[in-house]
Amino acid sequence: MRCGDFRETYAEDMAIFDTAFSRRLLVLFLAALLALPLALGSYWMDVLNRICIAVIAATGLNILTGFTGQISLGNAAFLAVGGYVTAWLGGRHGLPFPVVIPVAGVLTALVGMVFGVPSLRLKGLYLAVATLAAHFIIEFGATHWESMTGGVGGTSVPAARLGPMELGDDRRLFYLVLPLTAGLLLFAKNLFRTKVGKAFVAIRDQDISAEVMGVHVFRYKLLSFGVSSFYVGVAGSLLAYQARIISPENFPITVAIDQLGMIIIGGLGSILGSIFGAVFVTLLPELLRLATGALAGSFPALTGLFASLKMGLFGLAIVLFLVFEPDGMAARWHTIRNYWKLYPFSY
Amino acid sequence: MEFFLQLVLNGLVIGSIYALVGLGFVIIYKSSSILNFAQGEFLMLGAYVCVAIFVTYRVPFVAAFALTLVFSAILGVLMERVLLRPMIGEPVISVIMLTLGLSSVLKAVVQGLWGTDTRPYPEIFPTTPVKVGPLPVSQGYLYSMASVLLLLALFSVFFKYSRAGIAMRATAFSQQVALSMGISVKRMFALAWSIAAVVSAVGGVLLGGLRGGVDGAFAFYGLKVIPVVILGGLDSVAGAIVGGVVMGVLENLSGGYLDPVFGGGVKEVAPFVALVGILAVKPYGLFGKVKIERV
Repeated sequence: MRCGDFRETYAEDMAIFDTAFSRRLLVLFLAALLALPLALGSYWMDVLNRICIAVIAATGLNILTGFTGQISLGNAAFLAVGGYVTAWLGGRHGLPFPVVIPVAGVLTALVGMVFGVPSLRLKGLYLAVATLAAHFIIEFGATHWESMTGGVGGTSVPAARLGPMELGDDRRLFYLVLPLTAGLLLFAKNLFRTKVGKAFVAIRDQDISAEVMGVHVFRYKLLSFGVSSFYVGVAGSLLAYQARIISPENFPITVAIDQLGMIIIGGLGSILGSIFGAVFVTLLPELLRLATGALAGSFPALTGLFASLKMGLFGLAIVLFLVFEPDGMAARWHTIRNYWKLYPFSY
Repeated sequence: MEFFLQLVLNGLVIGSIYALVGLGFVIIYKSSSILNFAQGEFLMLGAYVCVAIFVTYRVPFVAAFALTLVFSAILGVLMERVLLRPMIGEPVISVIMLTLGLSSVLKAVVQGLWGTDTRPYPEIFPTTPVKVGPLPVSQGYLYSMASVLLLLALFSVFFKYSRAGIAMRATAFSQQVALSMGISVKRMFALAWSIAAVVSAVGGVLLGGLRGGVDGAFAFYGLKVIPVVILGGLDSVAGAIVGGVVMGVLENLSGGYLDPVFGGGVKEVAPFVALVGILAVKPYGLFGKVKIERV
């Protein structure tokens, strides 16, 4: 039996899976996820896809905000860019999804890098405010560039397609969304074992010190904006494929706040945290819906209060996590895991 | 020309309310370095509470207004005491998220209590317009501008001469020095939050009176004030006033002249375009203190 946590080489210390057991567990988990569409109805498949998309977007935001320390309120707008690129390439030009999704990611990355340029001079609050401005400007563009975006009426997106294969419903789309999510998560996890990832973290911890140590701060900040927006763009593209019709109403500022909430609740600077947070924030309204549905018989007023309850619970969750567990669910998970790992000899 | 003057006048009125809400922003930022994203919700809550007291308890409007102010003051102190105090020393992102979380809780409370429909406001200002030069101007505009000016003047006097005002300025200047002079910094934080809540509530009630009703869109004013305070400088009271008036006029002029070109919505986005420009040229605003960072 293991009686301690022994890591004898650097490679062991940096390994993503510290034991063979955790690797096997993950494979089992993925297999279970792949089998899920057999068991779930179409409503929960929709929820499952939304969770995966939220995981991608939250991971992107966490790379920028949690790991590099650049606060961004522009995520909803970047999602919109990914979504509209998908509508444009997939809809107007009829391109297949293996082309559309990467291009959507790359174009969103470029837009993200443009709005990342102010980070050369701005940090903290001021950068948050600049990205907020980016959100409103992109939203204005989405509403008024009607030839491209269809204005407030929105534009329709065809089903994700490759040759004769069409991923029209949530069940089939899931087999595109899940591998993409897993792949992007693995990439993100690996990113922070490399020089680039460590430069990001150095910038977050103290940007001037990072510069003194030879990190080209501006270049890496831009790169962080680029990588983060790539993730968000891919998420936006998948979101468009799932929703099939997108309009500026799909991307209000509250979406950006939701995603910041995900990484706060899950844990800043933790890939696992992005997953936990995205699952929590996406499932919260669903569980609330179930709860109000079950209680509606005895308290009919609840149904009318649903929207405000949802918003209030979300805000409350953020506030409570910040006050009581500022490192998020990921930190709590590690505490619990470490306790059981060496159970019953945890001292 | 008349169109131009009308736009400028509208801008001045709305700008004076921006200045008032901006004042709340600046007071909180100055004392505790927190950018309060829930300021718009304070404004909305103030407007709702006032009309609720007025309608439910059938008290005179002045009394309802006074009660609203008392409510807001208590709310501000509570916010600071319960939520913001644990945040001292936490990173910026946590503090921002706390105020964002707070804003969605407050919005939910308002929606839960009063629904999403527009609540009509009683007529607090006389409706007959008066002539200012060639322009017919509604009296509500004049009254609200006058009350904002009065309030801003009162606050200038408060900061300059009263004990509490001087203590607040000392706290903003240096918390350590303030502590060593026997000033309770915690009490100053609480005072800052309650002042911010009160001025926002005043702004909310004035807006409600001008618009003739209050709804959830009032919360958006909290975001609209951000370009205002960035223009003026986050830690400058005078900056908030100048910024408020400039932004108010700017958004009305750009809305008036550019809306036909773009087909609407320019009014909402113009302050944010200006904001990007300001951040690129003068990140600390017109009157803000330039921070020099050392390792």
